[in-house]
Amino acid sequence: MTIQQDKKIQLLSMTGISKSFSGVQVLNDVQFQLNSGEVHILAGENGAGKSTLMKILAGVYSEYTGSIAVNGTNVKFSTIHDAARAGISIIHQELSLIPTMTVAENVFLGREKCRGLWLAKRQMNLMAKKLLESAGLDIDVAKDVGDYPLGIQQMVEICKALAFESRIIVMDEPTSALTDVEVEKLFAIVAKLKQSGCGIIYITHKMEEIYRIGDTITVLRDGKYVGTSPADQLPQQKLVTWMVGRELNQQFPRHRSNPGHVSLSVKNFSVPDPAGKPFPAVSDVSFEVRAGEILGVAGLGGSGNSELLNGIFGSYGSAPKGNCTLNGKPYSPSHPAKGIEAGIAMLTNDRKVTGLVLGMDIIHNTTLAAIRKYSPFGWLLPAKEARAAKTQGQSMNLKAASLTMPVDALSGGNQQKVVIAKWIETAPKVFLLDEPTRGVDVGAKHEIYELMNKWTAAGIAIVLITSEMPELLAMSDRIIVMHRGKITAEFASTEATQERILAAAMGEKEN
Amino acid sequence: MSNKVSLKSANGFFASPLTRALGALIIVFVLGLIFNADGAFYKWGTHRDMLRAVSVYGILACGMTLVIITAGIDLSVGSIIAFTAVCFSLFMIHKGWSALAAVLACLALGTGCGFVSGTVIAKFKIQPFIATIAMMVFARGLAKWVSGGQKISTAVMQPDGSYKYVDVPGFFNFINSKILSNNITVVTVIFLICLVISYILLTKLRYGRYLYAIGGNEEAARLSGVPIVMSKLMAYSVSGFFCAVGGICQAAQELQGDPEAGNGYELSAISMVVIGGTSLAGGRGNMWLTLIGVLTIGYLEKILSINAVGEDKRLMLTGAIIVAAVLLQKTKK
Repeated sequence: MTIQQDKKIQLLSMTGISKSFSGVQVLNDVQFQLNSGEVHILAGENGAGKSTLMKILAGVYSEYTGSIAVNGTNVKFSTIHDAARAGISIIHQELSLIPTMTVAENVFLGREKCRGLWLAKRQMNLMAKKLLESAGLDIDVAKDVGDYPLGIQQMVEICKALAFESRIIVMDEPTSALTDVEVEKLFAIVAKLKQSGCGIIYITHKMEEIYRIGDTITVLRDGKYVGTSPADQLPQQKLVTWMVGRELNQQFPRHRSNPGHVSLSVKNFSVPDPAGKPFPAVSDVSFEVRAGEILGVAGLGGSGNSELLNGIFGSYGSAPKGNCTLNGKPYSPSHPAKGIEAGIAMLTNDRKVTGLVLGMDIIHNTTLAAIRKYSPFGWLLPAKEARAAKTQGQSMNLKAASLTMPVDALSGGNQQKVVIAKWIETAPKVFLLDEPTRGVDVGAKHEIYELMNKWTAAGIAIVLITSEMPELLAMSDRIIVMHRGKITAEFASTEATQERILAAAMGEKEN
Repeated sequence: MSNKVSLKSANGFFASPLTRALGALIIVFVLGLIFNADGAFYKWGTHRDMLRAVSVYGILACGMTLVIITAGIDLSVGSIIAFTAVCFSLFMIHKGWSALAAVLACLALGTGCGFVSGTVIAKFKIQPFIATIAMMVFARGLAKWVSGGQKISTAVMQPDGSYKYVDVPGFFNFINSKILSNNITVVTVIFLICLVISYILLTKLRYGRYLYAIGGNEEAARLSGVPIVMSKLMAYSVSGFFCAVGGICQAAQELQGDPEAGNGYELSAISMVVIGGTSLAGGRGNMWLTLIGVLTIGYLEKILSINAVGEDKRLMLTGAIIVAAVLLQKTKK
């Protein structure tokens, strides 16, 4: 290892990194270099592979091909601790603090200062206090972290990384929970870190942040390396092109029909943040969707589009505020059962966590949301249930050895079909789809697109969220774009382009 | 439900929870045939007495199965048994109520206790372990308060301090009697009825489907419109109802209402359910499995007692066998 005294030392070099999950290639020959004293922006759409790359760097995934060199030495991390020892620390989007422990205890968690067998509590408190003060945070370090607001917690998390004296610091959307004042504090810390010779990898979906603090930008797209450039030589236009510039080579069979009457109308709809962040997930959103129409809702992570759909469905109880009408009748989403009864179905974005009862069989999952139909006076009619599941299964080309198989034994695509069948059983008028093709193979994706055509032809209104831009563009009849809980743009399908949508999703106003 | 599923699944016959549970029962049964003191295992009377001895536990295990399928637990069953047994004895022996009135009153009281636990758990979102441990302590207190800390027996204290012995109510004798030419006790019949009621609840009614869905994935169930609060409330109320049934049987068997009765019964009921293969994680299990679990523990106890194994060794063996049986089910999964 050579130690040079010039300003720029290469801290990190990742080359030829590839990684696949159960046959799906998520990273393909990706490279990434980080120098000391630089803020290196890692940009890309949802699913471009940014998080996977960082998890490899942090030792979360140890199965990959390619090589990583830290300070010129080749390394291979098999645990998070290996990576931490090598001076790499990650500040996650989700906090990894223990709310019931004090600020100081959290900062020193796992490497407590001791005198013999005894914890050196006072020393740790003092050190934590100094550390936080250097970051412009004057708080009582002997109080539980959980007692502080989320923004402060985020700052503590960042200080925790500083206490490691890490040279490589990864910040994954660190400002998503911060107020503007706190963001300024964070940027001040970042500047300090730069001066002390650290390298910072910064992931963000916000255009203004990229150009405000970024020195270098590397773009990933669909798991591939697109390019690296100094930030001042990569204008916004070009950055967006780098991020989205893929060919539309997939087949999207959208058959557009003339939209009918207004099916769902949402006015001044707001949803408080479900995780308790200080600003609402959705604020003052209004839109309508017509029978037979597919309305796409675009947005990057933290845009609130998923919360919007969940709020309309009733997932958050009566927390959301606003006025909704369904086929002209007032509708207030206070409980999922209410939503279902009113004729709204909601395909959630994680079928294993919120969609299916994995241990139950296909039949019982299929009839779960419409079980009243199959149980007059509370008495179940298993034969009728089995017939319904069979009909649904056939119409969706469900591949399963037996309908009495538990759904956890099915493939992703077939599981998704079972969730879809469950919602179609409720005979919805409005179908809210949150990532309907996530984790689904190409064949099943195509079948889901055909199903969407079938539903719109039958007069069902669809609201679609998808992080796959080509899918959004091809399937939507109209697209609204959200950024930080607000609608920033609306496009007809003919005028929407990937570039325009992405720019709006990153908070750029159209001129 | 789930056993039917796995029977047909690709994992094969022996992967089914039902066959695995049956395996444990058969092993215990074979042990009984080997360690067969004086041929006692060949006499029907041995089996009849075993069934009588497990019936009250079995009745509790019925309600416990429903609760465990929702991924909950009910630790209050032993105390509710004591409370309802004391009340039943009080109503029938001391107050001279009719059997019907006493039974209905006790069922209402037991269900009420379960309803309170259920409300605390479902409505106020307190962990079932905490909520039912609180009910366990509370109901024990109720039992002692109602009884004045004394066993409620046929020796009734008179105002002058002397005791007068009254007759055992006919209904007590009826519950204790053997029917079908002395082949089965009424308590066992009551247990079987409870088993059938639970079976119908779980497999034939929409409500049962809700319990499985909640235990399997509460969030997915909620988003599918399943009434979570009502379903959980019902599960604990039904458990309380069965506790009252058990309390009535307990009083009849002991010919008294003992405020200290039912100590540790909750653990027996839970082990029976778990040995059958119903998962404490919820979502899986059924009444067949519980029946097998009840019989497995029942036979185990019986074999140890006919071979005159001392209580010390009996307890140690039972503990070891519970672990062994659950491990057996785990490794084959």
